[in-house]
Amino acid sequence: MTIKTWLEWAIHDAERRGLPELKPLLEALARSTSALRTAEWNADATGDATLDSDPGSLIPDPGRGR
Amino acid sequence: MAAEPQTIAELSRALITRETTAEAVVERCLQRIAERNATLNAFITVFEDAAREQAREADREIAAGRHRGPLHGVPISLKDLFDVRGAATTAASRVREHHVAGADAPSVTALRDAGAIIIGKTNLHEFAFGTTNEDSAFGPARHPRDPNRSPGGSSGGSAASVADGMCFASMGTDTGGSIRIPAAVCGLVGLKPTVGELATGGVVPLSTTLDHIGPICRSVEDAGLIYDVLRGGAARPHGTPIDPRALRLGIPRSYFLSLLDPQVASAFDSACERLRDAGATLDEVSIPHAGDIAAIYLHIVLTEAAAYHAKTLERRPEDYTPNVRIRLEMGRYVLGEDYARALRGRELIRREVDAALEGRDGVFLPAVPIPAPRIGVASVKIGTVEEPVRNVMLRCTQAFNLSGHPVLALPCGTTVDGLPIGAQVVGAFGDTPGLLRVARAVEPSVSARAAAHANYLGPGTSR
Repeated sequence: MTIKTWLEWAIHDAERRGLPELKPLLEALARSTSALRTAEWNADATGDATLDSDPGSLIPDPGRGR
Repeated sequence: MAAEPQTIAELSRALITRETTAEAVVERCLQRIAERNATLNAFITVFEDAAREQAREADREIAAGRHRGPLHGVPISLKDLFDVRGAATTAASRVREHHVAGADAPSVTALRDAGAIIIGKTNLHEFAFGTTNEDSAFGPARHPRDPNRSPGGSSGGSAASVADGMCFASMGTDTGGSIRIPAAVCGLVGLKPTVGELATGGVVPLSTTLDHIGPICRSVEDAGLIYDVLRGGAARPHGTPIDPRALRLGIPRSYFLSLLDPQVASAFDSACERLRDAGATLDEVSIPHAGDIAAIYLHIVLTEAAAYHAKTLERRPEDYTPNVRIRLEMGRYVLGEDYARALRGRELIRREVDAALEGRDGVFLPAVPIPAPRIGVASVKIGTVEEPVRNVMLRCTQAFNLSGHPVLALPCGTTVDGLPIGAQVVGAFGDTPGLLRVARAVEPSVSARAAAHANYLGPGTSR
């Protein structure tokens, strides 16, 4: 879903639910999501990874001390 | 007559030598609460009778030679997210108004076993979802130096209670900075250990992969004493402090120092200068993708908070404060693919913080870009940039909730009006004891005891 499509749907849904005050927050979230999606470190299914290596494990490991 | 104890370490020595008693200390704290809580709104619940009984028991045990350690007989408050058996855990929300905890949180049990006296439960930003403490079913907690200002948040009542002399330390939670922000703006020390290190059971969550618990107190030594107990061991000194001349600290100038109130910038620069004067080596480090931190953080915290609150938002939306309700609702619109992107970005930030620490003892940076904001102010202007207060207050802290590294906030100066300014020291992942040793070495230069004590407003001081 594109951010434009998502934002239109989200604002419509919020209004339908009686939450029109969500609109400016959703617009701010859309700007933040846009930044997230365009970051160059995102994975790419073509294999054209822009990072020099994969970020690795996403599971926090507090025992990983140095 | 000896000076009144102001830190846990000092109080513990005074209790052992019988210069004072736990009962007398608790009475002074309760008196302070009676005098000041109507103004500061720091406490939601005060356990007067239980605290007095625990104090008498502590005095009996100490007199009989059964001293349990440095926390024995020390009054400590808890952010009202921690379960205390038989008491409500309100989370500062009407959503929880009929709640009664069936058991103490494991962290509370550890404190009790160490002899700490649980004096009460403190106010917070509702469900810890904010940085100012303004949105609370019990009304805002207020800053001890200026009640028109916020004590920071979300653990604002905790910081106010310690800064005002209502107790010697408080347990807080930190999901984006909620221990370090109020500690910094109230002139205190706040410790966020490594992620996953301390049990969060029995503590109301905000964002399960970002949540941490830790102490707000008056010295690095005190933070270490509480940390040891929470880790399940006996409180003990954290080894030989590092010689400041051997300290190597990285300063992440880009992003973290690029948007600071001029007085914060000046105080931080002065602290750096004092560290150099003490012989420390400071050099510049970089977190290359720091500009992505806010977006990454937002997508994780919103999603995880919404998952916890969705059912209640459907059933009892009117029981949330309006601002918290609407931001929780925002989280219900985050798409799964964007949450996954944020998790990937989180690991990237973790690697970059690791890289910044390579070959160094710590990373040193400001804690909060502005002094305590006035209550009711939604945005703040720094230079030509106007930003929401919330975004500014999280700017220097949230990175380390993403990365999971241990961080300690400590005082580094004051504004011309006497409002505290704080700095942070970031340590190696998984090595909170190492961070505490580094912070012990940094503390004398950055926040000399005289300065730290100047922020103490409790009994024995004149206002």
